[in-house]
Parts: sequence; structure tokens; C-alpha cells
Amino acid sequence: MFSFVLKRTAAAVPVMAMVAIIVFALLRLTPGDPAAIIAGDSATPERLEEIRALMGLDQPILVQLYVWISQLLQGDFGTSLLSGVPVTQMIGQRIGPSLALCLTTITVSVLVAIPLGVLAAWRQGKLLDRFVMSISVLGFSVPVFVSGYLLILFFSLQLRWFPVQGYQPLSAGLWPFLNSLVLPTVALSSVYIALIARITRTSVIEVMNEDFIRTARAKGLGERGVLMGHALGNAAVPIITIIGVGIALLISGVVVTESVFNLPGLGRLVVEAVLARDYPVIQALILLFAFIYILINLVVDVLYTVFDPRIRQ
Amino acid sequence: MNQTESSADAARSAQQPVLTIDKLSVALVGEHGPGRPVVKSLSFDVKAGETVCIVGESGSGKSVTSLAVMGLLPKDSLTPTGGRILLEGENLLEASQRRLRDLRTTGMAMVFQEPMTALNPVQRVGEQVDEVLRLHTKLGREERRKRVIAMLESVHLPDVERIYRSYPHELSGGQRQRIVIAMALILKPRLLIADEPTTALDVTTQKQILALIKELQTEQGTAVIFITHDFGVVAEIADRIVVMNQGSVVETGTRDEILAHPKQDYTRMLVSSVPSLIPHHRTQPTGETVLTVKALTKYYGSSKSWFGGATASGTPAAQDVDLILRRGEVVGVVGESGSGKSTVARCVMRLIDPNSGEINLNGTDIATMGRGALMPMRKRIQIVFQDPYRSLNPRRRVGESIIEGLLNYNVSRAEAESKARHALKTVGLPEDVYDRYPHQFSGGQRQRICIARALVMEPDVLVADEAVSALDVSVQAQVLALLDEVRERVGVGVLFITHDLRVAAQICDTIIVMQRGRIVEQGTAVEVLTKPRESYTRALIEAAPGRHWDFQHFRAVA
Repeated sequence: MFSFVLKRTAAAVPVMAMVAIIVFALLRLTPGDPAAIIAGDSATPERLEEIRALMGLDQPILVQLYVWISQLLQGDFGTSLLSGVPVTQMIGQRIGPSLALCLTTITVSVLVAIPLGVLAAWRQGKLLDRFVMSISVLGFSVPVFVSGYLLILFFSLQLRWFPVQGYQPLSAGLWPFLNSLVLPTVALSSVYIALIARITRTSVIEVMNEDFIRTARAKGLGERGVLMGHALGNAAVPIITIIGVGIALLISGVVVTESVFNLPGLGRLVVEAVLARDYPVIQALILLFAFIYILINLVVDVLYTVFDPRIRQ
Repeated sequence: MNQTESSADAARSAQQPVLTIDKLSVALVGEHGPGRPVVKSLSFDVKAGETVCIVGESGSGKSVTSLAVMGLLPKDSLTPTGGRILLEGENLLEASQRRLRDLRTTGMAMVFQEPMTALNPVQRVGEQVDEVLRLHTKLGREERRKRVIAMLESVHLPDVERIYRSYPHELSGGQRQRIVIAMALILKPRLLIADEPTTALDVTTQKQILALIKELQTEQGTAVIFITHDFGVVAEIADRIVVMNQGSVVETGTRDEILAHPKQDYTRMLVSSVPSLIPHHRTQPTGETVLTVKALTKYYGSSKSWFGGATASGTPAAQDVDLILRRGEVVGVVGESGSGKSTVARCVMRLIDPNSGEINLNGTDIATMGRGALMPMRKRIQIVFQDPYRSLNPRRRVGESIIEGLLNYNVSRAEAESKARHALKTVGLPEDVYDRYPHQFSGGQRQRICIARALVMEPDVLVADEAVSALDVSVQAQVLALLDEVRERVGVGVLFITHDLRVAAQICDTIIVMQRGRIVEQGTAVEVLTKPRESYTRALIEAAPGRHWDFQHFRAVA
């Protein structure tokens, strides 16, 4: 197991390097003077020179790459052109809400979707199954920016149960913190609940036709034991795959959701940085997201081997 | 248990059968109530220590019967419509689901056909056996573990501590079947139903599993229902036989009554279709040689090294295989799974590339030929696969499948069509088959279609890879007769790959015995089967079930 993780981690290094080089090239290869792009339309020539020197643009390109990568390795992601604050510090300030939203969304999705999927599989073709599956079609057909505003309209404006927008950090107390996350989590997780529930249903139904399910029944095991003890474990691999894909997709979901609910997270930071052409921030965020993708893939691969001994070799 | 008790037990079991099936009917579930019956008014009983074999061809209702006894009929497709199933006097058809669950493995247990898929692939096998004890006993963890280990020992598994912790994919087919048997018999049920438990196993493994079931049956006094299509197995183990056809009992009787003096025509037909192990004396074909294989070697998993040469690593699947095939000759390649017989067939077809050796087809070495050069050679050698249900494209009309090969070789559509119709006639199918779809045909008919598809190319060599293994015996006999006729009429050389010595005895002129990738013995069918020189060949022949019985002539072999 350990050597497997080590091997996969090592394999991730060249991928990260490729991402870093592409991010580096993104800015350098855009037509025109990067300094001019960064400085914006109203910059004075002195300001341009200043930026060029700051970015080392007067150096040969390979030297620039070397300098940039070695800075990255030292944890120096540059400073925001807009605010002059180090990028790492900005990300540190904004990662809290996003992390919280992702964690609540994925927890809620998995906890709701898997039982729903198993239930639907168990009652295949019956009323319950059809009900769950119709709801799930609705779940992933309605985009977050529609369901989000509907939730706000009903639960915040009419019933006044939850705040309309905004975020309370954990330091403000557990209750306000969770309260501010309820609606964004519900809006965002509906898509993933639908997705994971459908895949769970399909894979459990497939497994229920296998011979070893008949063997389990022949042992005198009841339906619940068959489902939980034998079917679910064998259906795990496709379910884990889709959860992994879901988490990866979550990043783009977070961008929209944070805008709708006005949460000061990374998603909003992306939007702000793009609108302001704050290149160092954009670069750092791309690197961060790529890193998260790779990490999730690694975790998914390790989980495969936990659930299916046949993949362990 | 003291003496009086056990004799009382014996007396009781002599009076009352363990299982009585009384006028059982099972039907398909239709839209409104029961639909077409699949088991019709079936009655028989099984006594303690007795083995009753249910034999019949596919669709006879034998497996449905066993599932009905276990209460495991798929609810939404099959339902019992009448009769009683009495397990020691208790009617199982009236028992609650809860009661049925309690009885499984304690009163009645089942062993299934496919040991490869009957076990949960993601759970350790020890835990799977343990689950039976967890469900039905109140024993503690340590006590259960001891019982499971003891049971694994009594099914003669080696290194039981390691096996306990193994996953199914780490065990061989025979070992897995032992696990399934351990699971079924650990609580000493009164009744064991074995549904084709050895069909997927090699003959030598089959022999061991049959012996194991017999041993445990004698120890525990279990009543055994043994479902099989293999009369060889029946001849070995049956006390009594129930012959089924299309859901009804055709005939029941003791083993000798059924095998030696069958009363019903159907039974006579079925028993006499069983191929005999005694080879026909045939004149050795003297036609010109069409295929010569020399020193053929194939490694699996050997990656090409960086400099182009094959590395020596990898598992040898075939090593130094030599064979000669003449026009009009049937050369049988026999062996157990993993012996390399299919590897040889695939290399000869150039479906896979051999690592070294020569494959000489009509004077041209095709072993190392490139794709382009190989193209005109491919039509000279055709194959018929094992499973006729999967080797025809279900979305294509039969005719389209047959002419596809010809069209690839630029034969005009009209000419291809007339050849296809002719080929269908050769394999004994009516001409209208051409425009129908594969699902409209039975297994035997589909295999005829596959043979027609191969013959239409007018090949010099026909490779039959377990071509009759998936068929019922009566159909098997017909397809074998067809192959023999085709060989004689068309003069094609047939490379016949099979694990079944009986089949080989019926059709082969020459037999090649393979073991672990090497040829251990080859000679005429008569020599190899009646005067085997090698101990492995002898072991194979001895493991063939029912070899002391001449089914065609309804008599035991002296």
C-alpha cells in the first residue's frame, strides 16, 4: 500500500510540473508585452519598466522560468497586482468558506445519495424507485443559480429561517457558521445527490444479478444483509469513481454558488482576479486547483484498492 | 449420541425421506397471474444418505426445481403454482420467508455451478464461511473461527490459515468450489442440492470434488440432489436418477434401470447420445498436408525489450509444439484448462503472435507474416468458437454474418449470397434462415450457422475451439456428426480443441495431449485412448467420469 501511494505521488510530480510550465507560458506567450497586460491600459512608461524589472522580464525566458519555479518551490507565489498583498496570504484568507462549503456539500451528498440509491435499487421498478429517480432528474437539470435563488426566495425572504447571503466564520460560533452554509450546501449538493444516487442504484442493481448474491441468499441472509453486506461493497468502485469526479467538478460549482450566496471564498476570488486581470492570483489559483485535482485522483485510486482486493496487485 | 438414539434415527430415516417433492408445479409470472408452466407436477423423494441425480437438457426445469426447494425462485419471474415440497415433513411452500432463511444451510444447502462467480470477490473466503455461523448460531468469534478452520480442513484445503485470509481470486476453481462446499455443509444440513457443481471444472478436479461430496455425505448422512447434464457423472455417483424433459419427469429409477434398461424413448435417446470413450477405428487419412506447426512457442506477459527482442520473462503458454494436419483429417488437441490448447489454436489462427516457431499453411510460413501479407492467408483458415450465443452479432441477420467474410475478399454480393445459401444447406439448415436473426435459433442451430460461416470461405483448415462444449448431449452428437460429414465431403482439415476426451474419441483421427504448455503425448486416437504411454494421459482418462459405462449400448464396460 505504502509503495503504491509513493509511486502514485511520484507520478504526480511531472503532471504538476507540466501545469506549472503551462501557467508560466500562459502569461509569457500572450501576444504583446506581459507587463503592459499586467499594468493595464492607463499605466505610465515608468510603471511598465518597474513591472518588467519586478517580473524579471528583461531576462532570457529560461532564466525567467527557473526563477519562477524556484520561487514557487519556496512557497512564494508573488503578490497581487491589485492589492499588493502576497497571493498565499490572500488564498489563506479566502480558503475557509470554500473548504467549508465543499466539505458540507460532499458529506451531505454522500450521506443522502447512497442510501437513496440503495433504496431505489432494492425497490427497482416500484413506486419508491420511480419517485427517487424522477427527483434526481430534477436534481441535475436545475442549475445552481436557479435553485439557489429559489431557495433564498423561499427560506430566507419568506420564512426567514436562514440569512439571505454572506458567511460567518467558525470563530463566530458553530451555529451561525452552519446556518450560513445551509442554503449554499443544499443548492450545490442537489446536483451531486442526483448524480451519486443514480450511479449507486445502477451499480447495486448490476451487482444484485451476480451469482454470489444468490449464494448469500442461499446462506439464509435476509435482503438487508444481502444489500449492505454483499451488494454495496461490490458496487463501491463505480460509486467512488463518481464521488471523485463529483469533488473535482465541485470546484466549478463553488465558483457559481459563492457568487449566488455572496460567500467570500476562493470561487469569488477567481471571479475577482479574472475581472481585474490579477495574473499572479490567477496563476496561483490554477496551480492550487490542479493540485487538488491530482490529490483527489490519488485518494480515489487508493480507495479502489481498499474496496477491491483484486486491484491491489 | 448413544446407540439407541442412533438406531432410532436410522429407523426413522428409513421410513421418512428427507425430501419429498409432491406434484410440484412452477410457472412463469405473467401479467395476470401465472403464465407458462416450466415445471409440471413433479414428484420424487430423497432419503438420507442417498444421491438422486436429476438429469435433463437445458430448459428441462432441473435448476428451477432446485431453486424452488431452496425458496430462491426469482420472485418477479417464477412462482410455484401447486404441489408440496416437504423437508422432513415440513411444507416449504407454506413456510414463511423467515423460516426459509433459518432453514437455509441448517436444513438444506446448495452448491452452485460456477465457483468462479459464486463467492463475493471483495470478501475474504474465511469470513464468507464464517457468515453462515454468524447467521445461524450464537457462537463466539473464537469458537466460530475454530469451526471454520476445522471445516476448511475437512474439505481438504491446504494451509487453511492462509486460505481463511485469501480472497476468491487468489484461489483456483477447485479450491473455490471446496469453499462453497464448506459453506454449504458446515452446519450439517439434512439435504444438499448440488447444481452442476463440477461442470466448470477440469476432469481431474471434478473427480476430487465428486469424491469430497461423497465423503462428507457418508460422514453426515446427507441426502443429496445432484443436478447435472453429464451422464458420465451420473454413472459414477447416482443411486437413483430422475430424467426430466420440458418440465416433466420422463422416467425415474435406479442408476442401472435408467442407464441399462431405459423404458422411455426420450431416455434412450439421451443416454445413447452420450459419446463413448472408446474410439472408432478409422482409416488414417493420407491426404496432402495442409498445416505444419514446428516448435511453436508463446509466452504471455513477455514484454518486448527496448531493443526489440523478446525478454525471457513471462509465462510460457505453449512451448515447442509440433503438429501436422492433413486434408480430411481431424486432429484433436486435448488438455485441462491452462494446458495451452487454446493458445495453440489462436497462434495458428494468428489471432495472437507466437514468440517463435513455424506455422506452415500450404507451404507458406505465416508465423511471422505481417498484416498485409497475412490478409490473403486468413481466408484459408477459419474458426468456430465455443459459445454460439456470443459468437454471432445479435443485430445482424444470419446471412449478413455469413457473407461478411466473402465481401471482405471482394466477392460480389450476389455470388456471396448464393455461396451462403449453399453453405446453410451443407450444415442442414433451411434456406430461410438467411434472413432471420440469431436469437431465433437454439444453441445447436447457432453452432451450425457458425460452421456455415466458416465453411463459406472454403478454408483448408477449420479450427474448432471447444465447438461442442456448450451444447446439450443430443445436440452435441448432431453437431459432431455434421463436422465429421463436412470433413469428408469438403476435405477440410480440422484442428479440434477440446477438454472432453469422450468428444475427442468420437471425432478425432489423431490426438495430441497437452499439459502446461507442452505436448506430453501424441498418436492416433486409438493408441492414445486405449494404450496411453504417459502417466498424465492415463490420469486424464481415469478421471473421465463414467468410463466404465458404454452408454450407446446401455451396458457396463467389463
